Amino acid sequence: MNVKIPRGGTLAIKYFILITLCIMVMSPIATALLGSVRVTGDFLLRPFGLPEGEWQWQHYTEILLSHTFWRSMLNSLIITVSTVVLNVSLACMLAFSFTKLSFRGRKTVFNILSIGLMFPITVAILPIFTQIKQLDWIDSYWGVIFPLVAFGLPQSTIILRSFFIAVPNELADASYVDGCTTFGFFRYILIPMARPAITAVVVIQIIISWNEYFLPLLILNDDDLWTLPLGIMQFQAQFGTDWSRVMAYVTLLIIPAVVFYVLTEKYIVTGLIGGELKG
Amino acid sequence: MSLVNAKNLSEVKLDEAQTRRDRRNTSLQKWLTVAVFVIPGMVVFVVFVLNPIAQSVVYSFYDWNGLGPLTDHVEFGNYERLFAHDIFTKSIQHTLIIMAMSLFIQLPIALGVALTVSRGVLPGRRVFRALLFIPYVFSEIITAIIWLYVLHPRDGLVNVAIKAVDPSFQNQAWLGPDLVLYSVFAVLVWKYFGFYMILYMASVQGVPKDLEEAARMDGATELGVLRYVTIPLMGPTIRLTIYLAIVGSIQQFAIIWILTTGGGINNSAQVISTYLYKYGLQRFKPGYGSAIAVVLFGMTFIFSILYQQFIMKRDYED
Repeated sequence: MNVKIPRGGTLAIKYFILITLCIMVMSPIATALLGSVRVTGDFLLRPFGLPEGEWQWQHYTEILLSHTFWRSMLNSLIITVSTVVLNVSLACMLAFSFTKLSFRGRKTVFNILSIGLMFPITVAILPIFTQIKQLDWIDSYWGVIFPLVAFGLPQSTIILRSFFIAVPNELADASYVDGCTTFGFFRYILIPMARPAITAVVVIQIIISWNEYFLPLLILNDDDLWTLPLGIMQFQAQFGTDWSRVMAYVTLLIIPAVVFYVLTEKYIVTGLIGGELKG
Repeated sequence: MSLVNAKNLSEVKLDEAQTRRDRRNTSLQKWLTVAVFVIPGMVVFVVFVLNPIAQSVVYSFYDWNGLGPLTDHVEFGNYERLFAHDIFTKSIQHTLIIMAMSLFIQLPIALGVALTVSRGVLPGRRVFRALLFIPYVFSEIITAIIWLYVLHPRDGLVNVAIKAVDPSFQNQAWLGPDLVLYSVFAVLVWKYFGFYMILYMASVQGVPKDLEEAARMDGATELGVLRYVTIPLMGPTIRLTIYLAIVGSIQQFAIIWILTTGGGINNSAQVISTYLYKYGLQRFKPGYGSAIAVVLFGMTFIFSILYQQFIMKRDYED
């Protein structure tokens, strides 16, 4: 077989297109980073550029020393961790029952759950709000956590189901013959085997719940309960014209997102592809 | 002889009873197991997804202030008012424009980039993929705030960058009534095209290399290989992304809401979801708002059913 060697010209054109695109995608982010270490006047005059004199770290110290920033961080962590744990546990159980248990109505239950894929939180926000109000969960973490869990369930379950299907049924039969219970098989064989798929689902759900804005906006009025997206909106509303200061806050939220992406890249891709293409 | 038979018979009967009892026990046990695995998840789903959606269908037939009992039944009154409101019809148009741009501009760009990045030798492939995909992991809020600056009518990056190249350029109000819809679309592309690119890249990887090679051997040009081999084999993914792009543009909310501070000047960027928030929630009219929500997910629902029935069905075996 002859290996095709790309002609230099094709490769150069490819690089030209890709580098241009990367510059277009990256320049807003780069300006945000560069703006955050300068004073606003300087930033607005030359969006691209390093500080000419001192690097201005005061925006960062100001935010990092404020109580509200860390409070929002904690709230975001509490909501994200609880949502992801609940969502993934329930989704594992559902995906298991849709693949490894046989019962009448299995297909129907699965179809009902799949309907949920069509409804993002946005369209049902009004009745969710009244529902949470009836439960007296306004200004409670639960009021954000449960709707997030529920709206994420169809997606998580479908991703996990596509991976669980691949686990041969003979494995379950063999373990039952060896005296394993259904729970034992689920807990000690299936879950450890599906770890990559579960990690992928966890990663996708972390991104979704960490970034959610609409739901906490409506449910959490008390600013002590605000999550980071609400925190930065409030900050922007307060200092809107002081762009450097706002960009420092933006940067503080971009950095963990980028680190998270680098650490979980492989799983993000699996999660998206596994979920969208059914395995 | 007959005695033995009788004894055997009774034993057989006993055995049968035993197995029947066993079967009943195992079937009870089986249903318990199923219940333990299915009920918690489905209860959460029904209470927080299906029930609110069903409720909003009910609310949409009432003129309700959100407090107290539902008393003022107005039949289709809310829907009639909704479709008589010119801003709502405008919102539908804007949603459709964003959808069309998403299909005819965003998806082809993502496909083009994926084909460029995934095929052939390309040192640095992973870096390109990472840099182009990274905006997808940012929250909609970060995205909107960065772009509020980038598109700022006086000091924004876009104006400054264009002026650096062409000093005669006049500052444009990118978020003003004339351009806002296109600016919003550009931001959506910035954030989401990496997602489609990743899906296409995975799909390109699944196209058998020997098929492409065979076409080349038969004298197909590189474009011919793409047109007649690679892209047709990516069919399932392409059909899926068309679906996701359509549903995604119906549902887009936070970025548009923040960039346009509630729908833009003269509602120039009002879309269905922002209309829902502005006229249903901010003015706290749950009845009217629910009618908007019902129209919104009615559109999604009907489209999904039809699309899956007629277009995507062949892509799934089960």
